Amino acid sequence: MSATADPDFDPASGQARETARISPMAEGWAIEGMLTLRSVSAVLPDLNRISGNQVALDLAGLTRLDTAGAFALHQVQARIAQAGGQLDLRNVTPDHTALLERVAASIPQPPVVTVQRKSLTDLLEILGRAVAGAGVFLAEICAMLGIFIARLVRMIRHPHEFRMTALVHHADEVGWRAVPIVMLMSFLIGVVLAFQGAVQLRQFGAEIFVVDLIAISILRELGILLTAIIVAGRTASSYTAAIGSMKMREEIDAMRTLAIDPATVLFVPRILALLITLPILGLIANVMGLFGGAMMAWIELGISPGMFLTRLLEDTSIDHVIVGFVKAPVFAIIIGVIGCHAGMQVGGNAESLGRQTSAAVVRAIFAVIVADALFSVFFAMMEI
Amino acid sequence: MAPEVIIKLRDIRNAFGKDVVHDGLDLDVYRGEVLGVVGGSGTGKSVLLRCIAGLRPPQAGSIEIFGQDALNCPENQRRAIDQRMGVMFQDGALFSSLTVRENVEVPMRTLQGLDANLRRDLADLKIAMSGLPYIAGDKYPSELSGGMRKRAGLARALALDPEIVFLDEPTAGLDPIGASAFDELINGLSQTLGLTVFLVTHDLDTLHATCDRIAVLAEKRVLYTGTMADMLEIDHPWVHEYFHGPRARAATETLERTA
Repeated sequence: MSATADPDFDPASGQARETARISPMAEGWAIEGMLTLRSVSAVLPDLNRISGNQVALDLAGLTRLDTAGAFALHQVQARIAQAGGQLDLRNVTPDHTALLERVAASIPQPPVVTVQRKSLTDLLEILGRAVAGAGVFLAEICAMLGIFIARLVRMIRHPHEFRMTALVHHADEVGWRAVPIVMLMSFLIGVVLAFQGAVQLRQFGAEIFVVDLIAISILRELGILLTAIIVAGRTASSYTAAIGSMKMREEIDAMRTLAIDPATVLFVPRILALLITLPILGLIANVMGLFGGAMMAWIELGISPGMFLTRLLEDTSIDHVIVGFVKAPVFAIIIGVIGCHAGMQVGGNAESLGRQTSAAVVRAIFAVIVADALFSVFFAMMEI
Repeated sequence: MAPEVIIKLRDIRNAFGKDVVHDGLDLDVYRGEVLGVVGGSGTGKSVLLRCIAGLRPPQAGSIEIFGQDALNCPENQRRAIDQRMGVMFQDGALFSSLTVRENVEVPMRTLQGLDANLRRDLADLKIAMSGLPYIAGDKYPSELSGGMRKRAGLARALALDPEIVFLDEPTAGLDPIGASAFDELINGLSQTLGLTVFLVTHDLDTLHATCDRIAVLAEKRVLYTGTMADMLEIDHPWVHEYFHGPRARAATETLERTA
């Protein structure tokens, strides 16, 4: 490309570069070139300099005008008219006249908005609405739980309505497919606990207590809690996404018009599947956690698996296992109800689906941890 | 003087696997006209639109737009061609995370050196020209009705003052009042802005009200082109059924009564 390339030619696009020039003349100004979206910003300062009472703007040299250019000309006209003057456009072609008129006719009139500062009462109102919203949310969750229990009772009385295939499908989806991740996670937790415990307990020569440490913490708390958190992440989101996309495409409304109860078809098999599989997953997590801990105790502290087992059976009360498993069904219902409820909150667009899916996971994990804390307080008061 | 050919399609072939949609399709679009493309379901009207708009290259054939080869040209030349065309998709295809005004500003952001205030004002102007109220600019696409979304989609298609606008089923799903208002909008814009409009539609009223010329897609190619009056003369069975069916008669009668 030569250095003396035509400045009006843009080699990138192979097109004439769009430029406009404004120059003063005898009784006003003249504009020539192309006044378009691409060139108008460059001449805005020049256009803003046009002023006076009776000004003429000659458009004879204008080869192209688009809505952006017409808008800019209209702005100049409006500004001069506001100052009490008048801008005469001269030598306008019929095409340009039509465009200028069209643009002038469609200039939007923004409504006058008065900005109000937020007062203390507004903030109070926001707080009140948030509290009321939380109350409504809790009520809705309770309603969802109530529907689930009512439909479950109905299904016990009318077993032919029960959807066995759906239950098996969901149990496979949330239970069986979650086994590998749950196993790996709890194995690693056992390993970490044994390792950290060993380092601390060795200082007192109390290595053997690492068995109690692992057994109590895994069986009582971590096995079930971490399984529930993983399942909340996997399953609450998938329930919300599945039910929410059906809600979005009006499939749930279609079910209602066909006299099919969405709760029976959608909620009961899903929550029931969680209710069945979460304790099983918790058991797997317990076993794998103890296994991981025993491995680490053997490698790090020289506690043989036989000794680990003896110590485990002699010194660890069965109460710890029971305390752990009592929580599992509660966590299962919390996760299932929150997932299904969030699915039903999805509106008409994909955005709300995404929002509800992530909200379901956050709420489910939060609720599981809160429930676990309440259980801890309860068991402490019961002295179990 | 013969009108300038702005889009020139020759020997286009489109196939999905073994399913051939277009074979040896030729079509000319003239500058400043409103061309209506009709055809039965599955004859590839939208595929043809996507081909010209550069969304789906054809398996064979040539496409010339503004006299430039649009298929085998450098990327920046193709981008320059794209900036001179606007597409309105069936449901607007607006970006759901942006307001309508921001949607209209998106194509303008690609231009360097465009003043931000001017850009905002121009977006408001385009929204108003598409027949939307000013407050619609602050709303998100999910808050609009189907007809308003189509208008917002048109405003975005017009953002760069294109020379060609592609409209995919502009009146589908609109009530008759909204549909005829949209027809008038297309007419008004094509006249004052000098637009060339490539319109895919099933709506006979729209064909009557807006189109200078009609192209009939059948038997894998453009079977006939001509004015509405020409179409009524053709005795190809499908074309005859299309333009003489009960709905077509109703549309013709309405037009004659209002004329």
